[in-house]
Amino acid sequence: MPSQAELEVLALSLKVAFWGLAGSLPFAVAIAFVLARKSFPGKTLFDAVVHLPLVLPPVVVGYALLVLFGTHGPIGRLLEPLGIVFAFRWTGAALAAAIMGFPLLVRATRLAIEAVDPRLEVAARTLGARRSRVFFTVTLPLALPGVVTGSLLTFARALGEFGATITFVSNIPGETRTLPLAIYAATQVPGRDAVALRLALLSVAVSLAALVVSEWLVRRAARKRHA
Amino acid sequence: MLEVDIAVRRGTFDVDAAFASDASIVALFGRSGAGKSTIVNAIAGITRPVRGRIAIGGRVLFDSSAGIDIPPERRRVGYVFQDALLFPHLSVRANLAYGEALTPAAERFVDRARVLDLLGLKPLLDRGTGELSGGERQRVAIGRALLSCPRILLMDEPLASLDAARRSEILQYVELLRDELHLPIVYVSHAIEEVTRLADHLVLVSDGRTVAQGPTAQVLVRPELRPLTGRFEAGAVIETRVARHDETFGLTVLAFADGELVLPNVDALSGEPVRARIRARDVSLAIERPRGLSVQNVLDATIVSLSEEFGAIVDVELRVGSTPLTARITRRAAVQLGLAPGMRVFALVKAVSIDRRSVGFA
Repeated sequence: MPSQAELEVLALSLKVAFWGLAGSLPFAVAIAFVLARKSFPGKTLFDAVVHLPLVLPPVVVGYALLVLFGTHGPIGRLLEPLGIVFAFRWTGAALAAAIMGFPLLVRATRLAIEAVDPRLEVAARTLGARRSRVFFTVTLPLALPGVVTGSLLTFARALGEFGATITFVSNIPGETRTLPLAIYAATQVPGRDAVALRLALLSVAVSLAALVVSEWLVRRAARKRHA
Repeated sequence: MLEVDIAVRRGTFDVDAAFASDASIVALFGRSGAGKSTIVNAIAGITRPVRGRIAIGGRVLFDSSAGIDIPPERRRVGYVFQDALLFPHLSVRANLAYGEALTPAAERFVDRARVLDLLGLKPLLDRGTGELSGGERQRVAIGRALLSCPRILLMDEPLASLDAARRSEILQYVELLRDELHLPIVYVSHAIEEVTRLADHLVLVSDGRTVAQGPTAQVLVRPELRPLTGRFEAGAVIETRVARHDETFGLTVLAFADGELVLPNVDALSGEPVRARIRARDVSLAIERPRGLSVQNVLDATIVSLSEEFGAIVDVELRVGSTPLTARITRRAAVQLGLAPGMRVFALVKAVSIDRRSVGFA
């Protein structure tokens, strides 16, 4: 059985991953819709920027976040009076997880939206629905299975986020020390190999669970569509 | 009154359409790819013309010079697509309710119970869209469009994906709608039987242009349009009324201005207007009144012209009184009989060649 301290690490990880996903989902869906359905000048560049975190070294993303959202950073300074602080807080870890998982989420959602027959959207408009209503009553419900699987993958990805997190918000026990950071910390101290192993196994179990749930949802959606 | 006068540019394909009609059913007729769908898409607001004007019952939906372009959701246009396009994530009930729920209470002039009844939709309400046959899907699509209380119904090849039995079924529903709901319908088709049966007003579309329009019978009989209306299917359409039924032999007699036509029983009351299409290849000619003949329709006719074409086949344009009729015969027959314009002949039409599919109730 995991110890109290290990469960706390797990709880923090789940919290960080959950809020990272929840915070980025609306933006990801909006951007995915724009990429799937609209054409505009500079679309290729925009697409590349969205995908940047996928190919950049995580430490670069973490550093960029530190520069922008740090206490003295241009965005961090703006947000501080509003009581929103990311630097060295768990919220910062969530932000880092969100940014790193964003391309994955946008990609899955975009594919799901592209798979929706645009003529169904046209049909909805001739029936009197404005664009926004069409999106929420036709496009999104039909794309939902894809959005859900993308979300679960992003969630699992967020649980494993390491490089950007440690660069941006450091490795503070109880605040920013998520599972991967705790494992890293344990490997740095002689005689803590058992702790590292136990945390690693915990990490495998949680990630596996996320994948199984995602697979189950995909199958259920496929069955439903066949029915 | 539907008024359309538009130019649409679609890549390299240009569509120029101009027509006006206040018939209960207007058919846009032409080959696949002629631009028919582009025209209805422009009426629905899905495709934006580069210039022109579209108005329904005096209400302007699009006017490039006045800068008017009402979005599709506010045009009050019901659109029935070729492949129904039902929402797959919703039940039949929810599909039907989709447009109805978005209609302001003041605009709801279509009675839901009546529509469900007319289209036989009640038994389907709780099904998923995946559990419907092709004909059922199309009926639900028509119901869904009607319940959004449109001012006009656009039907783009609604029968194209159905088999013959289903087609005839849906055609009957369309006739019912026309007679019961008094909703103008724009019916797109490349099938001449559908057009003859349904439409009072025909707009012939070819290569992105509206090349001819007018009452269906008059347009279809024009020989110069024959390459567009279909060579194989060439024929005349005669506006008639049911004169009487012959109960003994199960026949119906149709009267037109210049004579009568006998055909197997059609389901119509005496005095009801009926449009009968007689294909040119079902008409034979005789230069003397034939005797000892099974053919039930022998019409006195005058030859107006013979098509000047080489090859085995000649189309002979006739007038029965003032009613046009076309006979398609071999060139050899025309030569052997010495046919020439102005000659009096007898046009023979087998009663059984005028079947249920060739007859439309106007």
